[in-house]
Amino acid sequence: MAHAATEVAHEAAHTSGDYIKHHLQNLTYGQLPDGTWGVAHSAAEAKAMGFWALNLDTFIMSLLLGAIFLFVFRRVATTIVTGTPGSLQNFCEWAIEFVDTSVRGSFSSKNNMVAPLALTIFFWVFMMNLMDLIPIDWVPLLMSSLGVPFFKVVPSTDPNATFGMAIGVFLLVLYYSVKMKGLGGFMGELTLQPFGKWGMPVNFLLEGVNLIAKPISLALRLFGNMYAGEMIFILIALMGGAWAGFSLGGVTLFGSQILLSLGWAIFHILIVTLQAFIFMTLTVVYLDMAHQEHH
Amino acid sequence: MNINATLLAQLIMFALFVWFCMKFVWTPIVAALDERKKQIADGLADAERAKQDLELASRRSAEILREAKEKAGEIIGNSEKRASEIVEESKTQAKVEGERIIAGAKAEIDQEVFRAKEQLRTQVSAIALAGAGKILGREIDAKAHNDLLDKLVAEI
Repeated sequence: MAHAATEVAHEAAHTSGDYIKHHLQNLTYGQLPDGTWGVAHSAAEAKAMGFWALNLDTFIMSLLLGAIFLFVFRRVATTIVTGTPGSLQNFCEWAIEFVDTSVRGSFSSKNNMVAPLALTIFFWVFMMNLMDLIPIDWVPLLMSSLGVPFFKVVPSTDPNATFGMAIGVFLLVLYYSVKMKGLGGFMGELTLQPFGKWGMPVNFLLEGVNLIAKPISLALRLFGNMYAGEMIFILIALMGGAWAGFSLGGVTLFGSQILLSLGWAIFHILIVTLQAFIFMTLTVVYLDMAHQEHH
Repeated sequence: MNINATLLAQLIMFALFVWFCMKFVWTPIVAALDERKKQIADGLADAERAKQDLELASRRSAEILREAKEKAGEIIGNSEKRASEIVEESKTQAKVEGERIIAGAKAEIDQEVFRAKEQLRTQVSAIALAGAGKILGREIDAKAHNDLLDKLVAEI
């Protein structure tokens, strides 16, 4: 990975700033300034596309990863035996029992949708995060050799992906809040506490913030962690990029890049798993709160 | 890093994934897990029941064995008693029969003796008559007469 970073940094004669910006730019498809539809070739072009544009890299990677997850589990589901399980079936069963146990632990009402939702979130987020462990220059380099200007391989470093999921969870929270407590009950929950009916505006402000904070914190926590992790990988990669010859300083930088990216990647395995688990658990907890009457 | 329509695409994708997972992944796998749980529970229950059955059966077989021994002892005792009874009975019967046979034989002997005596008497009188006839027919021949008398005496 150090070598690749070196090549990108030198061949294109980019500055460090350009290198970082290049790595943080999504492959965006939308309407170009001349009115035609196509892929943006610079950050400014992508920004000018406005809302009606699609980040192809995020979309393709998340679709692919989700499809792999569902394909594997679906295969197990169709060939499942109640006798002695094979190793893949064993893994899937373990995953399902793990999710089922943690859902049972934090979700007290009865809803058949919550556990599969949690399973999907955990594995989808986990696999999207896991893409962070692919050496950061491999995929962009491969893509640029194919003529694709940008490619961010980690969908969870795109706020569109994390907010997409968080809004999905938020809609479910609203739906179940209204379904379980009725519209009046839900509105009452928003306006009649903690200060009683005379403090209605204050109550609404507090509870509203509380409600809105759920999807925002859910999305930003995942995005922030993965984005920061990615950024550190980029910064570590830049160290090797500074290598310009067999000087003492150059070799030291090269060696530190290898050691640091190894260390950070190992530590990142924890973050990757932890963030997927946190997203799943908080979703279950929010849905549990939506199912319960407040007092 | 702009917020754009990708957000909507991801939202829809998320919903579809969850729906698919719930419908085609979670339900069949959990059903299979429950099925296996049931099978294991049934198996354990069966094993427990079989163990109880076995214990019951062994207790019952011991009982039957004990009863059979008792009955066999009883039968042997009975048959011994019966055998000695039969021996005793046949002894008595043999004695009675023997006595009966002896009595019959005695009676027959008596009868034979009586009959022989009768016959003898008839024959003696016939001989006497014949002797008398001969004596009367041939005059008296002392010698012959003595002969006849001797013969007669010998015959008697």
